[in-house]
Amino acid sequence: MSSRALLVVTMVAALAASAGARAETIFVSNEQDDTVSVIDGATLKVSATIPVGRRPRGIEASGDGKRIYVAAGDDDRIDVIDAASRKVVDHLPSGPDPERFALSPDSRRLYIANENDNVVSVMDIAARKVVEEIPVGIEPEGMAVSPDGALVVCTSETTSMAHFIDPAKAALIDNVLVDTRPRVARFSPDGKFVWVSSELRGTVTVLDAASHAIAGQIEFAVRGVPQELVQAVGVAITRDGKRAFVALGPSARVAEVDAVDRKVLRYHLVGQRVWNLAFSPDQSRLYTTNGNSNDISVLDLASDRVVKSLGVGRAPWGVVAVP
Amino acid sequence: MMLRRSIAAACLCLGGVLFQATAAPAKPTGLVAIGIVTEAARQTERASPLAIDADDQGLQGARLGLKDDATTGRFTGQDFVLREESVADGAAVADAVHRLEGGGAHFIVADLPIDSLNAALDAASPGTYVLNTRAPDDALRNEACRPSLLNVIPSRAMRADALAQYLVVMRWPRWFLIVGQHHRDALYAEAIRRAAQRFGGKIVGEKKWAFEPGNPHADSGHVNLQAEIPPFTRGPDHDVLVVADEADEFGEFLPYRTAAPRPVAGTQGLVATAWSPVQEQWGARQLQSRFQRQASRLMGLRDYTAWLAVRAVGEAAVRARSTDPEAIFRFMTGDAFRLGGFKGLPFSFRPWDGQLRQPMLIAGPRVLVSVSPQAQFLHQGSPLDSLGPDASETKCKRP
Repeated sequence: MSSRALLVVTMVAALAASAGARAETIFVSNEQDDTVSVIDGATLKVSATIPVGRRPRGIEASGDGKRIYVAAGDDDRIDVIDAASRKVVDHLPSGPDPERFALSPDSRRLYIANENDNVVSVMDIAARKVVEEIPVGIEPEGMAVSPDGALVVCTSETTSMAHFIDPAKAALIDNVLVDTRPRVARFSPDGKFVWVSSELRGTVTVLDAASHAIAGQIEFAVRGVPQELVQAVGVAITRDGKRAFVALGPSARVAEVDAVDRKVLRYHLVGQRVWNLAFSPDQSRLYTTNGNSNDISVLDLASDRVVKSLGVGRAPWGVVAVP
Repeated sequence: MMLRRSIAAACLCLGGVLFQATAAPAKPTGLVAIGIVTEAARQTERASPLAIDADDQGLQGARLGLKDDATTGRFTGQDFVLREESVADGAAVADAVHRLEGGGAHFIVADLPIDSLNAALDAASPGTYVLNTRAPDDALRNEACRPSLLNVIPSRAMRADALAQYLVVMRWPRWFLIVGQHHRDALYAEAIRRAAQRFGGKIVGEKKWAFEPGNPHADSGHVNLQAEIPPFTRGPDHDVLVVADEADEFGEFLPYRTAAPRPVAGTQGLVATAWSPVQEQWGARQLQSRFQRQASRLMGLRDYTAWLAVRAVGEAAVRARSTDPEAIFRFMTGDAFRLGGFKGLPFSFRPWDGQLRQPMLIAGPRVLVSVSPQAQFLHQGSPLDSLGPDASETKCKRP
């Protein structure tokens, strides 16, 4: 058996094994189509396409997986999708031009980056209204909430800062300069660190969540790819805190990182302009949105291989997977 | 931007900068003064009534850049101030430069055409750095370059290369060149000829625009244009009519009136430019809307380059953690400098000619068409260095 044939067999086997008794559903926001693609985790086929508000980007699921929230930037609202019926069941007024947002661990609040207004809006989901506005730097983008819900971090693209917010007081408590055009903020599962990606320097800065000091820096270099095209965007860290994945934008690679040593282990070739990442609920897979090739890649974390790519809508941006 | 809660007292900590929250506003640890000298554009009759024709072009961009710098500065304890000088012509430039220097500005944004820019460079004291945001002249990146001069606006060569790459990728390689009567039109045409040679285009014919620029507002002016242009544009078989009309006197009249039904590109029609109001990708929408809120008009090229220049100084000051002009300049021109300019890739200054490398928009009059460099053209270093003279081609001798 040739090595290529062997590889194919391995990949098919990996796909078959991981597809065994999967009931998960993947939701992908398509920025250019104003839709959300629904993908069946067992078959890895698009099973529905849901029309949503204009320019959908940020997408998150409630803790129980029953509600999918989608930021429709051009409609100044967050659309709420019922995961079971696959229908938009509500629109939440988010403040102007929402892009990324994060849910509080109790799923009661949304922290929304209002890119055009330089504020973070705090929405009480049950009350369906913005209850706080916290001014931050210019063009807020990345949003993250600590696992205990006691700390919120927002990044601002033009100011190049990570803003630390005390959600209980709705107060800005610190601002840390990070690398150029920070995109995504992600807490480590133990809540001790915040990973912040920089689009234009192509790095991840790891901040200490308690002292806010810079605890580490991860740099990326892909052989044969000009450094300008290595731009760090989406970040995902496994629940056990051991592995992390960083989407590297126009380089069409996802970096796999030892999250403890903060060393790059390898680069996975995915689609064009890979932007955001999400794990499957059982963390056996990583899904990536590839904005310029209009598809998502499926990385099998056991075999550590990209096992499938499948077409979705145009300019897929965000992704979330629920049981 | 107003901050509800102010932040102060920068302290340097191991491995990074940490800011501690207090109730008081940031105490400035130093002041960075940036000057801008702007010269009113020569009064011409712009062909299109939709052209941006405001008196404050450049200035508004610099003011927005200062706001952006000041926002970060508020967090880092650095103060930024903009000092403005407007001159009617080149004769007044030297005095304006001296006034800016007297006001503490070591960085001067030059919103000036080339002759006035050279006057400003001659007048500037040692230790003053000049950022050219208006003169596209290739000489300033070659034989006439200076160590204290940084070119923020792309050169003509960059514009021509960016357009040529797109036309060649589209397989429209045969160009019929129409050149205006001004010296700068000849310079643009020269850049187009050079770009054709570099990227595989061919100039199949060339003609000098012969008509005096008429008043574009004349009633039933279209009658004469319709009579003049079809016979004038009759020429060898071509894919694209490339026009060189930097003064914007006649190029706008060419589309839809050419003898052959061919697209018009160059200084009008499909243009390669550093900025256009049609650009909204890579977050540019936010910049456009912040600008419109401030200036109540669209953001033009001179506004964008002035914004970039002021942002370059601010970014370097913040990253170098310094208000010392020399330290800022060293950081700005060093390897670690990366400037975000809402065009997808990080910008930096080329060490060989002081030119800011950046992607170029390929823009139609109403929407964005493409962005160069085109992926099909490779470069051993940065893909951005396929636009304009490379290290091995420059005639600039910088220390």
